[in-house]
Amino acid sequence: MIDLAINISLWLIVLALALMTALRARPLLVSSLRQGGGEFLRLLPRIMIGVMGSGYIAAALPQDIVGQWLGESSGILGILIATIAGALTPGGPVVGFALGAAALKGGAGAPQVIAYSTAWALFAFPRLITFELPMMPANVVWLRVVASLPIPFIAAIAAMLIGRP
Amino acid sequence: MSDIPSEEKPQPHRRKTFDWSAAVILLIVVAAATYVYWRDGAARFYEVMWHDLDLFADMLPKVLAGSLIAAFITILLPREAISRWVGAESGLKGILVSAFAGVILPGGPFTIFPIAGAFIAVGADVSAAITLITSWTLLGLNRVLVWEMPFFGVDFVGWRMLVALPLPILVGLTARAISRALAKRGQAA
Repeated sequence: MIDLAINISLWLIVLALALMTALRARPLLVSSLRQGGGEFLRLLPRIMIGVMGSGYIAAALPQDIVGQWLGESSGILGILIATIAGALTPGGPVVGFALGAAALKGGAGAPQVIAYSTAWALFAFPRLITFELPMMPANVVWLRVVASLPIPFIAAIAAMLIGRP
Repeated sequence: MSDIPSEEKPQPHRRKTFDWSAAVILLIVVAAATYVYWRDGAARFYEVMWHDLDLFADMLPKVLAGSLIAAFITILLPREAISRWVGAESGLKGILVSAFAGVILPGGPFTIFPIAGAFIAVGADVSAAITLITSWTLLGLNRVLVWEMPFFGVDFVGWRMLVALPLPILVGLTARAISRALAKRGQAA
């Protein structure tokens, strides 16, 4: 039900934006459709690998080890391990979510998984090197990284304090 | 202002469909799948595969919509207005505006970093640009709806977002404090 609502609202946004683009200039509509479609095709193999992979990695993860290192009772040490693992995970749209979901299924604690996916979103080191540094002034990138360092811990600890609804 | 290209091409050709990180992941996935097959047998192997194909099919229309939205936004974005909002003297207002913009701006790193980079190039506040990137990575709706929800479900993602809500502003304020301290030290030296 929620899934359907998300799909409908996403496609309503697509329609509205397409209309706005067409009103500005008809050729712009064609070129953006082509560009968006191309992006979609380029993403497909990555998503395929990410989604298929998450299932197998979840099934293969040794539950006792994941539970021991990243389980609910692993506390701050588990959050630290999860944060480092997140920073080392390659970027891209699905990898961090896929592995985080796999770990959650495999016995990791929810705050630890939040630390992992937050660290991945903020720092994914491979993405930082490939995209952010070439496109942004280096001192801004490092300022961002330093200012964000405590964030995975704050997120995980806040999640612990608030508690899962 | 004239040096910002109004129609920035997100350089799709600079990226190959398979980069090294995708190759590493592929290797891990093949290893994991082989291991599951060896340990748990064919029935379990196919069970996992069907479940994941289902998830994959669920994601496709959302991913296509997300790609199209990003392409349209790149063209429609009112850059001049935004750089007025988050300019060098924008302070807390700039940080708040950027935090909100990060939530609604779609697109991947190919759209967000060039946009943030262009802001800085025309003299936008650095901490506002950092807030924008942080907000986009932690709260970006496009990313959440298209990528995160299919894996984690509504409850978990809602909880994570609630926790993350104030964090982009915190990062922006921290970045501002750090850069001010550095500037002050630079003046003193």
